[in-house]
Amino acid sequence: MVNMNMIQSLNNALDIMLENDDEVIVFGEDIGYFGGVFRTTDGLQAKHGEHRVFDSPLSEGGILSAAFGMGLNGLRPVVEIQFADYIFPAYDQIVNELAKIRHRSGGEYWSPVTVRTPAGGGIRGGHHHSQSPESQFTHTPGLKVVYCSTPYNAKGLLISAVESNDPVIFFEPKRCYRGPFYGDPHNVPTWEGHPEAEVPEAHYTVPLGEARLAMEGDECTVISWGTMVHVCEQAIKDIGVSCDLIDLQTLVPWDREAVVKSIEKTGRCVIVHEAPKTSGFGAEMAASIQERCFYHLESPIERVTGWDTPFPHTTEWDYMPGPSRIAAAIHRTQVG
Amino acid sequence: MAKKKPSLNIPDAPYRPGDEASFETWPWQPGDLEMPDPKKCSSEDTVPHAVGLVRVLGEDNKASGEWNPELDADELRQGLEHMVRLRIFDDRMMKMQRTGKLSFYMRSFGEECVAIAQTMALETQDWIFPTYRQPGAQFVRGRDMVSMICHCIGNVEDNIKGRQMPVHYSYRDGRFISVSSPVGTQFSQAVGVAMASQYKGLDEVTITWIGDGASAEGDYHYALNFASVYKAPVILNVVNNQWAISTHANFATGEGEFASRGLPYGLASIRVDGNDFLALYSVTKWARKRAAAGVGATHIEVLTYRAGAHSSSDDPSRYRPSDEHTKWPGGDPVERLRDHLIEIGEWSEERHTELEERIDKEVMSAYKEAVSHGDLATGPYPSSDTIFTEVYQEMPWHLEEQFNEMKEESDG
Ligand SMILES: Cc1ncc(C[n+]2csc(CCOP(=O)(O)OP(=O)(O)O)c2C)c(N)n1
Ligand SMILES: [Mg+2]
Repeated sequence: MVNMNMIQSLNNALDIMLENDDEVIVFGEDIGYFGGVFRTTDGLQAKHGEHRVFDSPLSEGGILSAAFGMGLNGLRPVVEIQFADYIFPAYDQIVNELAKIRHRSGGEYWSPVTVRTPAGGGIRGGHHHSQSPESQFTHTPGLKVVYCSTPYNAKGLLISAVESNDPVIFFEPKRCYRGPFYGDPHNVPTWEGHPEAEVPEAHYTVPLGEARLAMEGDECTVISWGTMVHVCEQAIKDIGVSCDLIDLQTLVPWDREAVVKSIEKTGRCVIVHEAPKTSGFGAEMAASIQERCFYHLESPIERVTGWDTPFPHTTEWDYMPGPSRIAAAIHRTQVG
Repeated sequence: MAKKKPSLNIPDAPYRPGDEASFETWPWQPGDLEMPDPKKCSSEDTVPHAVGLVRVLGEDNKASGEWNPELDADELRQGLEHMVRLRIFDDRMMKMQRTGKLSFYMRSFGEECVAIAQTMALETQDWIFPTYRQPGAQFVRGRDMVSMICHCIGNVEDNIKGRQMPVHYSYRDGRFISVSSPVGTQFSQAVGVAMASQYKGLDEVTITWIGDGASAEGDYHYALNFASVYKAPVILNVVNNQWAISTHANFATGEGEFASRGLPYGLASIRVDGNDFLALYSVTKWARKRAAAGVGATHIEVLTYRAGAHSSSDDPSRYRPSDEHTKWPGGDPVERLRDHLIEIGEWSEERHTELEERIDKEVMSAYKEAVSHGDLATGPYPSSDTIFTEVYQEMPWHLEEQFNEMKEESDG
């Protein structure tokens, strides 16, 4: 076990996959010589060669269509979209092509592309360096959608994603690259000493489709993913209610069994995400939960989300759900 | 099938850290190229301009050739003043960023000439559709510096209400359209702005820019196609400053060139020395005449060098020699115009120093006034209400509900 931050554990996962499988090829904007604007691919080109890890033209549509073609012809491309906000020039290639090729060709063709992309707010990135567009992909049949939250799950999930023969959109909470985020912008901890930053150096997987129980309790089930998992942890500690904190990890296909089991125990549920509320993935979960757990629910399902507005720059702390909003929602489930 | 040695062609930058940068001297001289009639010439007539380089200022600091715009000394001094203003302004903003007073910053260092010469060559009714690398156009259009700094801070006086990162200016009074982070989008949108002017029968031209890197986006190609099909009155500039963050321009072209890409679209295409104020002014004036005459768009490659870091988050010493910009054959745009003015007896070292001191004071006093409205570290910031306003023309019920929730939360 080695203590790693999330950048290092992702780098380590890519390193292992490049080592293990000749068909893995890594490319994207600024990821080759320079090692990526967040340094995630640092050193990989020097180690594995220019033909395995390389820069691309500044063209997200081009990156995705090339990756699609390479995947079709037997490679296993892992591409980086520099910020999730910039995935949209590639949206057509992902939604209409990558997601549908297996089905549309009657299973004759598939393309196992992994799209890594830093997402989410908390870095003063304003409109276009802060969005968390997971639900724009969970709504697309044919894609698996992953959202890591710690160095440990980042590595294990990324290896699973690369090994998956289905295309995977892999969101990385950039605010948590160098440390967890507990909702206080003035408190900037590192991953040093955090149990989820103890990472085995060898190959391991965190299976797609399995949630992680980040905290255990019996009075409420709090479900989240990405940066918000840590903010929820803070909120639960602050309010002192005994909660299961479920880190979903994979959004499609999500771990319904783990969620149902927890809600059958607690009878109460709060779903937290930083993306806007309307058509957010929380809506999907709430609908499914009431289908399965209606008679176990003691109070209405609460959602704490980003507002249905663009992501602001200077006022971002009024936008992102913080511990107090989450704690208030947990409280409401208890009195309901 | 036998396995071959892996053979993807991966271009590299000409120089990397540790290398000695030594660019070949340009084969093109001022006076090499004729100036065709902008209202009559065909795109084929511009082939020499697309593969050559329009220059006016020579190594001897003299202006020559058909492309010399024959500007009077006052206009030249005006251009110089704006460039010096932009450079000093940028340095001050970068210092603010370094001391935590701005979240982020991007300078125009080394390419100050681009937006300034080109905007000066336009009419005031013309539309400017910039990237983050053309804030200098606002000085030409008379924007108040205090208001620019307030935007960068995102304080209560920010006209865009703290909604976007620094340098994402919007300045409607100057017909300077709101800057968007996703690169390339403005390029094809500008064609639409120009088509609307054309539709309305107005004497308005639109100018836009895109980076060498961003020219790999689809928007670049949409723009050339639409501009050519509708003969839109638009000036399409590719600012080839050699770098897109760490990625060299040869990733955008496959080691080809930019200007000549306009030719197969049927667009007049010109490459111009982007650090030569006179050449850039002149080419832009030419393109404006052509656009206004209804002949169509001009595709311009502005050849320059990004002398500074990509942004305050970037460290270029990781991917290029630190002194590479000092080797650029196009030199420094501010020094070249200064030296030309001195050469023609309209300027002096002393006057230049005086100018710098005056602008320095101007920037300092604007800075002081701007931070008096709040800085990033301490605020005051725009009210959180601004998160909800102007999302739609009128606030729908679901936003109103969330707005009230936010209010209760901050009161409680
Ligand atoms: C669609 C999109 N992809 C990626 C980015 C991140 N990014 C910002 S600027 C930049 C490089 C742009 O280089 P270039 O177009 O040459 O312009 P320059 O910065 O040199 O002026 C990149 C990759 C972005 N803003 N938008
Ligand atoms: Mg560039």
